Amino acid sequence: MDLDAAKMIGAGLAAIGAGMAALGVGNVFGSFLESALRNPGAADGQQGRLFIGFAAAELLGLLAFVVAMIILFV
Amino acid sequence: MAGETAKVDPMHQFTVEPLFGTGGWEVQGYNLAFTNSAMWMLVAFVALTVFMLGGMKRQLVPGRWQMAVETFTGFIDDLVLANVGKAGKKYVPYIFSLFMFILFANLIGLMPLGLVGVHPFTFTSHFSITGVLAIMSFAIVLIVGFWKHGLHFFSLFVPSGTPLVMAIFIAPIELISFLFRPFSLGLRLFVAMMAGHVLLEVLSSFVISGWSAGPGFGVLVGIPSFALMVAICALEILVSGIQAYVFALLTSLYINDAEHLH
Repeated sequence: MDLDAAKMIGAGLAAIGAGMAALGVGNVFGSFLESALRNPGAADGQQGRLFIGFAAAELLGLLAFVVAMIILFV
Repeated sequence: MAGETAKVDPMHQFTVEPLFGTGGWEVQGYNLAFTNSAMWMLVAFVALTVFMLGGMKRQLVPGRWQMAVETFTGFIDDLVLANVGKAGKKYVPYIFSLFMFILFANLIGLMPLGLVGVHPFTFTSHFSITGVLAIMSFAIVLIVGFWKHGLHFFSLFVPSGTPLVMAIFIAPIELISFLFRPFSLGLRLFVAMMAGHVLLEVLSSFVISGWSAGPGFGVLVGIPSFALMVAICALEILVSGIQAYVFALLTSLYINDAEHLH
């Protein structure tokens, strides 16, 4: 296999990470909504933590994107 | 721009280029060209200044404009109060400027000004910009931390109540996660903005090459891609707000660490 083809396959594999981050972000918001509907009074106070969890989960997906870009263009 | 060549280069939109023939400006061997990045920063700054000046009339009964500005200031005020506490009052101007600048930059980059022939440049999609913003936040954390607590600031790496055996393992991990903060802060904003714009560009290339391949492809590929593009545009507006909010939120959290340790 030549280098260019291997690079393309590597970038494609890196996209799996973006899909995994989608699971993570969905889990963060899903869990929040589930517990917010059980106790709506406490939901507003936890929005900061919601976005911290979102940011942490999203960062890992974005790192996968960076890896794909580095493989393709650098 | 993709009419004659079938292949669209999605990275072309991020090219930084000197404007108005300033490409040759050099001081001490450093190129000081006035780039499109600098110009759109100036546009964001002017838009932000106009927005703020219009709302700072201090009327007892606020009008619509003043209400809009007060919503933003109140939002950041609450954010800092909730995350840093009373000691955070002095950081409100910094975090507010940061939030508004990033928000305006992201939104201006999404404006459909291409219709009138002006192509907005999203300067937050460059790590050199977001990295500097992140370094500023991190520098404030370090300066405040060492100023207030001296060398006691290093106790940040050992959460209180940790047994000594665990502390040996936890301290390096905490140190690494602390040192990674400026990278993750800058990287998140830059990659989120870049990924969104690349996605829009790729979808628009589907529309163009779908229609140029014939009406059958146009209906099958072009129209669904266009519908998706509209939806992604709406998502991008949401992402612009969320990324500015996350940047401000994380900055205030890190400042909280510096103010109060653990």
